[in-house]
Amino acid sequence: MIDKLDAALRFNQEALDLRARRQDVLASNIANADTPNYKARDFDFGSELQRALATGTAAAGTTLATTSARHLHGNAALATDADLQYRLPTQSSIDGNTVEMNTERTAFAENAVHYETELTVTTSKIKSLLAAMQQ
Amino acid sequence: MTMSIFAIAGSALDAQSQRMNVTASNMANADSVTGPDGKPYRARQVVFQVAPLGDSQVGGVRVSDVVEDAAAPRTVFDPKNPLANADGYVTLPNVSVVEEMTNMISASRSYEANVEVLNTARSLMVKTLSIGQ
Repeated sequence: MIDKLDAALRFNQEALDLRARRQDVLASNIANADTPNYKARDFDFGSELQRALATGTAAAGTTLATTSARHLHGNAALATDADLQYRLPTQSSIDGNTVEMNTERTAFAENAVHYETELTVTTSKIKSLLAAMQQ
Repeated sequence: MTMSIFAIAGSALDAQSQRMNVTASNMANADSVTGPDGKPYRARQVVFQVAPLGDSQVGGVRVSDVVEDAAAPRTVFDPKNPLANADGYVTLPNVSVVEEMTNMISASRSYEANVEVLNTARSLMVKTLSIGQ
């Protein structure tokens, strides 16, 4: 039963994880807005989420060691390093830096809202699961 | 959410405040004709570098070096100045006040952006703690 609960929340877990990763990447872009030759990075959330869902549990993560056939098989996917890509600057700067503050800050704010949405959805999912258990 | 976002934004705050310190020093000494070594003050500029977190491709920023500005010093004709040379010219620091002002505005804008990143990350982190409640 526990693994069913795990599976029910897996999508939310992966999505939150990737949103947090993207938040890190965007924060790094904003921090390096004045670093010469820094190239702004980002990744495509949709395709990364699909990849994480497709490979997540099967991927080599952390597995529980079993010494008996009756032991439970625990399997925790490691947060894989997202496939980072380079942003194409609309106005390149002379020092080779491709961070555009407006783009980065918009993406950061948008990502924060998505993260919050994901938190709300996860919370309501947990609540409905709890309600089902208390019937 | 990982804790590294705080390290990233924090490192940027450090670097930008160091840049502001250097700018303040430059502006304060824009007219310092002599320094401890008897020569006019030379403008300093910070050099930023990416500080990767572990083996990750992203990271914060650090000040890798503080270099002396290579610009030529200004000279002003002022024969009454005791430091004037034989032709009556005084050598002034190579500080460009206009450049320093724009530098300072840029540093403070970057600082603000990183403070906003920190605030957003903090509020998201607090909300994450109350997940499922």
